[in-house]
Amino acid sequence: MAIIPLERKPLTFVERTYLPGIASGLKTTFKHLFQPKVTMEYPEQRPAISPGYRGVPTLVKDPHGREKCVSCQLCEFVCPPKAIRITPGEVPADQTDRTHVEKAPQAFDIDMLRCIYCGLCQEVCPEEAIFLQNQYSMTGYSRAEMVNDKARLYELGGTLPDAHFKWDKKLVAEQHGNAH
Amino acid sequence: MIQPAKPADLVTVNVDGKDIAVPKGTNVIEAARQLGIDIPHYCYHPKLTIVGNCRMCLIEMGLPAVDPATKAPIVDPATGKPKINWMPRPQIGCGTNASPGLHIRTTSPLVKDCREGVMEFLLINHPLDCPICDQAGECKLQEQSTGYGRGYSRFVEQKNVKPKRTQLGPRVTLDDERCILCSRCIRFSKEIAKDDVLGFIDRGSYSTLTCYPGRKLENNYSLNTVDICPVGALTSTDFRFKMRVWFLKQTNSIDTESSVGANTVVWSREGAIYRITPRRNDEVNDTWMADSGRELFKAVKAADRLTAIKVNGADSELDIAINAATQLCKEGGVAVVGSGRSSVEEQFLTKKLADTLKASTFLVSWVGQGDKLLVSADRNPNVRGALVTGLIKTLPAPKLTDLAAQIDAGKIRTVISVGEDLAAAGLSAVQFAKISVIYLGTHANATSAAAKVVIPTQSVFEKHGTLVNQQFRLQKFAQAVPAPVGTTDDLVVLAKLAGVAVADVGSAWKLIAAEVPALGTMTFVNIPETGLLLDATPWAALPFVEGETLHYKPAVPAAVTA
Repeated sequence: MAIIPLERKPLTFVERTYLPGIASGLKTTFKHLFQPKVTMEYPEQRPAISPGYRGVPTLVKDPHGREKCVSCQLCEFVCPPKAIRITPGEVPADQTDRTHVEKAPQAFDIDMLRCIYCGLCQEVCPEEAIFLQNQYSMTGYSRAEMVNDKARLYELGGTLPDAHFKWDKKLVAEQHGNAH
Repeated sequence: MIQPAKPADLVTVNVDGKDIAVPKGTNVIEAARQLGIDIPHYCYHPKLTIVGNCRMCLIEMGLPAVDPATKAPIVDPATGKPKINWMPRPQIGCGTNASPGLHIRTTSPLVKDCREGVMEFLLINHPLDCPICDQAGECKLQEQSTGYGRGYSRFVEQKNVKPKRTQLGPRVTLDDERCILCSRCIRFSKEIAKDDVLGFIDRGSYSTLTCYPGRKLENNYSLNTVDICPVGALTSTDFRFKMRVWFLKQTNSIDTESSVGANTVVWSREGAIYRITPRRNDEVNDTWMADSGRELFKAVKAADRLTAIKVNGADSELDIAINAATQLCKEGGVAVVGSGRSSVEEQFLTKKLADTLKASTFLVSWVGQGDKLLVSADRNPNVRGALVTGLIKTLPAPKLTDLAAQIDAGKIRTVISVGEDLAAAGLSAVQFAKISVIYLGTHANATSAAAKVVIPTQSVFEKHGTLVNQQFRLQKFAQAVPAPVGTTDDLVVLAKLAGVAVADVGSAWKLIAAEVPALGTMTFVNIPETGLLLDATPWAALPFVEGETLHYKPAVPAAVTA
């Protein structure tokens, strides 16, 4: 590649005083001083999160406060960076209104150092139990802190409305039985 | 399954325009499978009788038209080919046998309609609880739904409710709602396990699989019903909710519980084994295996697993332990107790070791009750291997009385035990006190506790190797999971003790091929997955302990079992 030597013009006298430069800089400064603010006093102020935002993946409970995840492990399977790790298990016997669901996660870990916020876990979930909600700030002092365990995931997720109550319908059918 | 047929028995059938010669009487599903054409089915199983109750395998069939008077085939003038009279109604593929000139259509609109109709009926009462179903991922109903399902349901009525979570036996859980009434499990229990406990009760859509009152599905083959269940109705209680099958890596292995050598698949994920299922081998175990063999993997993570090399009770390292063992052996009077549980390669190296040390070799026979199916009386999976490699010349005795006598006489001062518990094999505490024991084994026992040198070795799931089963069939197994830290491959330990340069099965087989005439032409990789039958004539006269089992008849009447 050819080198093209460029001639640097010497500064004029006015330019050498730097006054025009300072004036134009201050002009920009003062313009922004009186314009409406576009920045936000984070973390005291928080931005409004638009619907459909993909924040931290969380586990949600149904309106009756029951866990929805049945540990089918589809999210673990679909997760591109392999951030999700589930240990499946049976529903504890003391949850009498849920024993007919049979299956629930014993442990559910999402490694937020791996998570790429793609939302495939939410898309694949057949029980509508995992949602990427508006939580966007994940910080921690250690790697272990950046792994959300089951309790933390439910704490972050809270409760979402449910349109189906699939397992309640199944329970009603089971209790009703077949009219032989 | 198709029996090997004489060429005269072959008939030509035509499936979707392709001709194939198959033995007469082969059913259409198998004939199409040979052409690579899949006919979906649920109730048909190649090893069970045909009932034809799922109707999924409906096909169109036709036969060449013949002139009624002359019986001469009628040729279609338009194409110049024989005219085919197609039957107006579909037939079931599993119940249709190959006959000369049989024509089959598996892709016609009628067949597609039939499959879609059958699928819709099967899914009417299906609970669709795939997220909590252990069969998901290996479920025929899921597979066929993708091909022939509607994608939505037209059924607006209440679904049938049936018992879920029934315990049919100690190892099998039944979910009746998922059952599609194919009756494979019933036929298996009746025909193969000879324990006719299962049956259907009630009629129509109330039909329910159940055990005979007061009985349980608790025979040693009950988990095969789980394997053959095409849906998630029968599931293994042990594997219940443990792991989804799509995460599991499959490794071909061999069942080591007896000399039958059933072919198995080990399912593991990230170094943990989750289950063992049978692998089809029509010469050995068909598609079955015993429940007892499926639990062997639990020993891999057992609490009494040996993971520390010990010399005189203190933790040590491999080279130090080998040196200590060599020193013990130099004192003379060495006996090597080999094992019928070792692989062929290990037995070969055990023999090399014994030759190097000029030691006498012993083997212990472990005999149990044979069940005439897939557990034989000989609980050593590889006694034949010891014969083939020349480790032993005669059949082993159940107790080490010879060795005990030699110890008492003061001839033997050091015993190398390859995984055999000498205390269980008949050595007394007094005899233990007279000898130094070098123990190579996987689990702690009385011998490892008394041994001067303990070198932890690896289980069958953690190494490659071969076994020779009761038919003298050489079968190989592969490493399924990495071995625990602190263990060493038996091959490496034996090779170091014997001073032979062997690092893995590949190099072991180079030596074996050179030195064992029966295995002269072989390498580890070219042993077929279905096993290789060796010439058994040199050992035909030996009184083996096995009785008759599936695909095995003893050459000489079985010896009296202990």
